[in-house]
Amino acid sequence: MREFDNYSDFIDEAEKQGMTIGKLAIEYEAYQQDKTAEEVKTIMQARAQVMMEAVLDGLQGRKSLSGLVGGAGKQFQKYMIDGKALCNDFYGKTLAYSLAANEANACMGRIVASPTAGSCGIMPGIFLAAKECFDLTEEQIIDGLFVAGAVGVIIGKKACFAGAEGGCQAECGSAAAMSAVALASMLGCNNQAASDAGAIVFKNLLGLVCDPVAGLVEVPCVKRNAASALMALMAVDMVRAGITSTIPLDETIDAMGAVGAMMPAELRETARGGLAVTPTGLAIAERVFGKKS
Amino acid sequence: MKILDIIGPVMIGPSSSHTAGAARLGKMARLILGESVVQAKIKLHGSFRDTYRGHGTDLAIIAGLLGYEADDDRLRDSFQHAKEAGLEFSFSPVALRNVHPNTVVFELTGISGRKANIVGSSIGGGAIEITEIGNYQVQLDGTYPSIVVICSDVPGILAKVASVFSIYSINIALMKQSRQGKGAAGEDMMIFETDQQLPDDLCTVIKRIDGVKKSFILPSL
Repeated sequence: MREFDNYSDFIDEAEKQGMTIGKLAIEYEAYQQDKTAEEVKTIMQARAQVMMEAVLDGLQGRKSLSGLVGGAGKQFQKYMIDGKALCNDFYGKTLAYSLAANEANACMGRIVASPTAGSCGIMPGIFLAAKECFDLTEEQIIDGLFVAGAVGVIIGKKACFAGAEGGCQAECGSAAAMSAVALASMLGCNNQAASDAGAIVFKNLLGLVCDPVAGLVEVPCVKRNAASALMALMAVDMVRAGITSTIPLDETIDAMGAVGAMMPAELRETARGGLAVTPTGLAIAERVFGKKS
Repeated sequence: MKILDIIGPVMIGPSSSHTAGAARLGKMARLILGESVVQAKIKLHGSFRDTYRGHGTDLAIIAGLLGYEADDDRLRDSFQHAKEAGLEFSFSPVALRNVHPNTVVFELTGISGRKANIVGSSIGGGAIEITEIGNYQVQLDGTYPSIVVICSDVPGILAKVASVFSIYSINIALMKQSRQGKGAAGEDMMIFETDQQLPDDLCTVIKRIDGVKKSFILPSL
């Protein structure tokens, strides 16, 4: 199995072999793990199950230990059911589920880091909402998760996933871009269009800092998960409408990595900048820990 | 770069780097010590130091030192479990130079009195890297089963150790070496990361080689 340094390499190889990116990514992973394609698919299926359970866990509406978050996913779900939402069912479900899965994380629930825990609401939100709204099969979901993984492989090589290294753009930006490419593929876009959806996400989330209030993965993480998930949906809607990305996905990933490297430490998960040092942020830190963060 | 490492691991929240990575660093440190930990002095650097309480980094490190996985529900109550297991621990801040922002220093004492000083970093998404064992600079991520060999810094010793792998048909994925001092008075640490699970008697055979002082197996995480 060859190495893939660019997402365009995945596209070229898949097209050369006459297979989907999902199928190629499954073969890639089977090779990497020294397992059969069926074995890696089974592991991914178990991950998908944990993702769905995390959404359900979050929808219970428990509060986090600090009391800062919890219940927003449940609240938005009710608002949807009451028929008050401005957005359609798919957007609304994605929003509610992304909030919920990330709230489950804040409550020390069991989640899949996808790619990180701070961004763990995005993929479950999008995949579960898509499954429900577009009647996707289990097979399509697993395939889609591997497409997201293929994008992740390139992000990991070219840039990074840790907020402490590249800010929130590396966490929520990556999760949303990976999901956008996967969702576009699952909904039948061609490889180039799907790749453009990922590029559009990075273009819009580039520079997003990691500034957790009191250092907790709560504020603003929960809402950024929901917003990033919707960014992915918007990007997929755009490419489905035929809109293209001027900057290709691979170059947006390079840009994300470079921007992360330029980011001061204060804005990389240290709770020393951004929202964390607003008067309210500092007051919360003092309340939670009894001292200024 | 593996897809199941990116969409994964399954873990207890809230932070892959500060909770799951911290648990895995604790577990790796215990594996390096090679026995149950009874005393742990833990020093936190950078973002670990600044935000550990908010992420349950301390709970996760202790869970790891107890041998728990990052998705173990007992992680939330690890301090209580440590008390029951007779593990005494303390946390303190430290400022290190030229290390990853999420770095922890372990000073461990095991049940037989064995001691180990270990430095490691949580490098994102739950991935870890052990950077120091004792005074040796290393680079170990727990991906592969490994064998650590400490020996005199003399010519030919690497070839002798490598020949044992050849006899056992073990493929070396990565090999790293670090040394303190030079020649027979000096000491080398060689770490072989391998593609196969390692048989228990491998260390016994390697320890028979002239100049080998110590050898132990580190299972993959």
